[in-house]
Amino acid sequence: MRREMWKGNEAIAEAAVRAGVEAYFGYPITPQNEVLEYMSHRLPELKRAFVQAESEPAAINMVYGAACTGARVMTSSSSPGISLMQEGLSYIAGTEVPMVLVNVMRGGPGLGNIAPSQGDYNQICKGGGHGDYHPIVLAPASIQESVDLIPVAFELAHKYRSICCLLIDGSIGQMMEPIQLPEMQPVVRKEYDWAVSGAKGRKRHVLTSIYLDVPTEEKINLRILGRWREAQANEIRFKEYFLEDAEYIVIGFGTAGRIALSAVRAARALGIKVGLFRPISVNPFPYKRVEELCKQAQSFLVVEMNTGQMLKDVQASVRNRIPIRFYGRLGGVMPFPDEFVHEMQEMIKNPGKPEDDPVELWYQRMIAR
Amino acid sequence: MVATTIVNPKNLVYSRPKGFTDTPTHYCPGCTHGTAHRLVAEVLEEMNILDKTIGVAPVGCAVFAYNYIDTDFVEAAHGRAPAMATGIKRVFPDRVVFTYQGDGDLASIGMAETVHAAARGENITVIFINNAIYGMTGGQMAPTTLPGMKTTSSPNGRDVETQGYPIRMAEMLATLDGGGYIVRRSLHDPKNIRLAKKAIRLAFETQVHGLGFSMVELLSTCNTGWGLTPVESLTWLEEHMIPAFPLGDYKVAPSVAALKI
Repeated sequence: MRREMWKGNEAIAEAAVRAGVEAYFGYPITPQNEVLEYMSHRLPELKRAFVQAESEPAAINMVYGAACTGARVMTSSSSPGISLMQEGLSYIAGTEVPMVLVNVMRGGPGLGNIAPSQGDYNQICKGGGHGDYHPIVLAPASIQESVDLIPVAFELAHKYRSICCLLIDGSIGQMMEPIQLPEMQPVVRKEYDWAVSGAKGRKRHVLTSIYLDVPTEEKINLRILGRWREAQANEIRFKEYFLEDAEYIVIGFGTAGRIALSAVRAARALGIKVGLFRPISVNPFPYKRVEELCKQAQSFLVVEMNTGQMLKDVQASVRNRIPIRFYGRLGGVMPFPDEFVHEMQEMIKNPGKPEDDPVELWYQRMIAR
Repeated sequence: MVATTIVNPKNLVYSRPKGFTDTPTHYCPGCTHGTAHRLVAEVLEEMNILDKTIGVAPVGCAVFAYNYIDTDFVEAAHGRAPAMATGIKRVFPDRVVFTYQGDGDLASIGMAETVHAAARGENITVIFINNAIYGMTGGQMAPTTLPGMKTTSSPNGRDVETQGYPIRMAEMLATLDGGGYIVRRSLHDPKNIRLAKKAIRLAFETQVHGLGFSMVELLSTCNTGWGLTPVESLTWLEEHMIPAFPLGDYKVAPSVAALKI
C-alpha cells in the first residue's frame, strides 16, 4: 500500500474512522483542532455522529452517553481541555464504559502555551479524575505509530471496558510524515449485555456510577481493579533499540523517546555503547522489563519533556540498583539530540550513586544555566 | 367496605402503569416527583415506546429515577444530562431519549448543556422539575428560588441585591430557534396534572416526529425543603410560584401544533 503525507491530527482522525468510530464529540483547542475539523466533514459523510460541543465537559459527557450504547466513540483535546474533562472521565471509569481519548499535550500548567510538552503524564496515567481507576495509556512516538495504535486503542477500551488514551504531544499532532494508513474496517456494533439501546425483548439495562450501599461500591472498585490487573498482565508494550550490547540505556516515551533515538544513533557513532528503551504502554508501565534492564546497564538516562514524571515509574523498577540520570525540558521547549548526547557523555564521566536524586542534580544544572 | 372488596380486581380503578417498576420511591411523602414520574411512565406506556426509550437520570432528588421508571437508563453527572442524552441520541436517532432534571441540575450547573442542547435543536425531551430549591442536599437556594424565599443558604430570604433573581427557563429557551415544544405546567391540582400529562405526551410526540428540542417545565413542591405540610405546599405553589413562573406554551413550533394525537 502506498504511503501518503498526512498531518498527525488528521491521520489520527482518519485512522479512527477506519477503525469504525461511530461518534466523535469535541471542542476546539490548539494543538488538536485538526482532529475536530477533520471529523466535522468525514463523519457526516459516512452518516456517523459528529457534534462540536459547547465545552469540554459537554463533549466528554456526550462521549459518556454514546459510550453507554456500546458504540466505538472518542474525543480529543489538549491539556487544559483534558483537565476540564476529568469529571466525565471519572464517571466513565465508574460506569465501566469504553471510550478512546486522544490527548495532544501542550505546555502548562494553566493556559501555558501551544508547544509540545509531556507535562500531563501524571494526570493521565495516575488518574486526574476522582476515585480509583486506571486508564490504559498508549504513547506513540510518530504519526505512523499513532495510526497503528488507534485500532488497538478501541480494542483495548472495549476489551477492558476502560478509557484508552492515546497520549501524544503537539509535535506529533502538528507535523506531517509519510505514513501508511490502516485499512477501512466496517462499523461493528456488538450486542453487549450492559449497553443501553431500548429494552426491546430483553431485561432493561441501567448504567450508573452511584452505589450508596458502600459494600457494593467496594465490590465495583474491586471489579474495576480486576480488569486493570488483567490489562497490567497482558497489555505491556514497548520498543527496544540497540540494547543487545548496550552498557547504558536511555529511557524516554513519545517524542522525547524519538529524539532520544537520534541521540543514541549519534552516540553510537561516537563509540558509546548505548541503547534506547521506549515504553509505548505508559499505563500499564513496563516495570518488569525496566527491572530486567537494570542487570544489563551500568546506568539509565531518563529523558522527558516534563520535570520527571515517568522518572518515578522508572525509579519504582530500579529501586536504587543502578544510578539514574535525568534530563528534561519544560514548558514546551523541545530538546535537541545533542543535549541528550551530552547528557550521556556526562553520565559516563560521572555516573553518580544509585541513591542520588536525579531530579536534584538536573534541577541544579538547569537553574545554573 | 371490607378490604377484600377493595382489592378485588374488578373494583380496581387505579394501578401501577406498565412503565413503573414495583419499587416504593424514596421521595418524601407529599413530594410531587412521584406524580411527575407517573405521568412520564403513563405517557411512555400509552405511546407504546417503553422498549425503545432510554432515560437519563440527573443528580438531585431524582438521581434514582431509574429505580422507578422501567426503561433502559443511564445516570448522568450533575447538570450533564442533556449532553449525555445528546451522545445517546446521536448514536440511536430512532430511539426515544429523555432527561429528567431538577432546577439546580438544569438551570444552575447544567445551564450550558441545557441551552446548547436546545440551541442545537437536539431531538430529546427534557422533563424539568422546578421546585425552587435544592431538595437532595437539604434545601439550599436554587437558581429558581423566589425573591425573599428562605432557604438554608438564604436564611433571611433570597436577597436579590446580593443573590440575584430567579431564572425563567421556559421563557429563555423559547427564544432559541432549536426548540420545538417548550411549555410550563404545574402539578398542584388534578386539573393541572392532567394538563401536565398532555404536555408531556406532546413533548415526546415532538421527539418521535423529529421536530426538535422539547421541554416540559413542571412547577413542583418540596414540602420538606419549604418547611410546609404537603397540602400547604400545594397552596404555596399556586399562590407564589405560578405568579413568578406563569404557566403557558412558550414555544410550539407550527409543525408541533399541527400534530394530530
